[in-house]
Amino acid sequence: MFYRENGQFNASYRADQQIFSIAQDRWAILAIIAFAFIGVPFLVDEYIFRAILIPFLILSLAALGVNILVGYCGQISLGSGAFMAVGAYMAYNTYIRIDGMPLIAALLAGGFFATLVGIFFGIPSLRVKGLYLAVATLAAQFFCDWAFLRVGWFTNNTASGSVSVSNLSVLGWTINTPAEKYLFSLTFLVVFALLAKNLVRSAIGREWMAIRDMDVAAAVIGIRPMYAKLSAFAVSSFIVGVAGALWGFVHLGSWEPAAFSIDRSFQLLFMVIIGGMGSIMGSFFGAAFIVVLPIFLNQFLPSIGDLVGVEISTAAVSHTEFMIFGALIVWFLIVEPHGLARLWSIGKQKLRLWPFPH
Amino acid sequence: MAFFLETLLGGLMAGMLYSLVALGFVLIFKASGVFNFAQGAMVLFAALAMARFAEWVPGWLGLESKYLGNVIAFVLAAALMFVLAWLIERLVLRHLVNQEGVTLLMATLGITYFLDGFGQTIFGSAIYKIDVGMPKEPVFLLQGTFQGGVLVNLEDVYAACVATLLVALLSLFFQKTSTGRALRAVADDHQAAQSVGIPLNRIWVIVWFVAGITALVAGIIWGSKLGVQFSLTTVALRALPVIILGGLTSVPGAIIGGLIIGVGEKLSEVYLGPFVGGGIEIWFAYMLALVFLLFRPQGLFGEKIIDRV
Repeated sequence: MFYRENGQFNASYRADQQIFSIAQDRWAILAIIAFAFIGVPFLVDEYIFRAILIPFLILSLAALGVNILVGYCGQISLGSGAFMAVGAYMAYNTYIRIDGMPLIAALLAGGFFATLVGIFFGIPSLRVKGLYLAVATLAAQFFCDWAFLRVGWFTNNTASGSVSVSNLSVLGWTINTPAEKYLFSLTFLVVFALLAKNLVRSAIGREWMAIRDMDVAAAVIGIRPMYAKLSAFAVSSFIVGVAGALWGFVHLGSWEPAAFSIDRSFQLLFMVIIGGMGSIMGSFFGAAFIVVLPIFLNQFLPSIGDLVGVEISTAAVSHTEFMIFGALIVWFLIVEPHGLARLWSIGKQKLRLWPFPH
Repeated sequence: MAFFLETLLGGLMAGMLYSLVALGFVLIFKASGVFNFAQGAMVLFAALAMARFAEWVPGWLGLESKYLGNVIAFVLAAALMFVLAWLIERLVLRHLVNQEGVTLLMATLGITYFLDGFGQTIFGSAIYKIDVGMPKEPVFLLQGTFQGGVLVNLEDVYAACVATLLVALLSLFFQKTSTGRALRAVADDHQAAQSVGIPLNRIWVIVWFVAGITALVAGIIWGSKLGVQFSLTTVALRALPVIILGGLTSVPGAIIGGLIIGVGEKLSEVYLGPFVGGGIEIWFAYMLALVFLLFRPQGLFGEKIIDRV
């Protein structure tokens, strides 16, 4: 009833090509962003910021990056955790080694070095495809795990091997409270989401999708596979690297290589698959699902146990969490292999006709 | 020289164990096109089952003989792996026919999580021992040729023999039995196999069961070496470079790849490790495989990849 596009005419190319060509979409998104910036900081308490919102924002950013590589360009990567680690550690190094380095520049520098590493480990993608490539990207993961653990320079030779940053500030604005951290991450996410959305609907995004759909055919019609694949690796690992730097600086504060282990890579890939491959929106859904699910299970399982009169130990809770998580993922893949984004678009399609389907 | 030989032999033995795990991957990939990430979880699950059954069975049946207890535990664990294979086919694979490779990969990752949690829930999460009577003491060979001889772990030799035997049995099974022929047909072409009346679902159960058995054997060997614990799941990650080096679809590739990786790892750790701070074993294998892939994208013995538009 309310979600109708009749009467909205696009009279210029500009109007026709905007991101949300339906006015209701446009206003809804603007309202959500405005609410996220203005409303949320007053409404939720510290725990929600720390446990849910900040991880959700940063991991959505990382999932966005992975989605560009996996969902848009079709190159499966299991090394995203490594790119996050490169972003975090190189941002750390530029931040503490260069005097007066602005925070944002340090974070972007982290992204830049992640780009370099991403391009390097993307080179095999020119020769190998699919599952072979997935395993090959694991090389990045294990190499980075090792390098940040064993090479003292990266951690500034700290004895414990963990690094920490404090007193973050941008142009005189100190980022201390969870609400400020939330706003900082949110700004990054909005900017990068807009960038990514525009990239994937531009010429280069179409090249990526052509490569994904069939790379030989794409090469035949004149798309350079090397350029397309490596640029996807570059853009993706830049975004993932910035997300990693944010994860270290803003969310964790102090971290060690285990924060970016192979589990993180799997987690990011799960987000992309569950959210929907090749969908910017899907990255957000996937991140929300993966961030909230363990917290939900953690809170929920003991009370279920109480209900049926069984005392569930912490170990049992964590094992059950594993089981439910695994089972849910399998169930989800069976029920909706195209991810939450597909459900979302089906819902929108239904809404257009509701309540008069004829 | 003796030291070099020792490292080389150690590498070969370790490589044999990697190939054992890699074999499970290759079998499933060949027959169903599923890249089974859950192989590591299956190794842990099987090893846990074996360790715990070996502990419980003598109590249940009032057996005295440890030997008999181990045999019964093995049979029980194998039966459990069969049930697992059947359940996986029934609940997961059947519903995911014709999905893309990455979706199936994700599904096996889901299975991995489930198995990790499930195995530890029913069998407990402490460190358990598997005692199948493998000799622990090292022996010295070639004492006449080199001073001090070459130190070899008898345990490793036994393990390598078991692995070789298993591979031989598997190749016999694949080459000589009608089920094996059906498996090879399915591996070749799903649709063609189905059209001549080979039941795909049953084949998948068999393949997962066979992979489960290799997981069980690998689990017993690794478990008696290192103890049955959660870190066994990382064995699968160690075996991944083996299969991409050898080729995803080749059984001999898994074995030769395993040997190359095993030797490469040990030699690099011993001769290269000290210069860069050690612990390079794990990524060295991946780098080796990566460099290799640049020259032969399909691995050593994999089927040539032909692209057509």
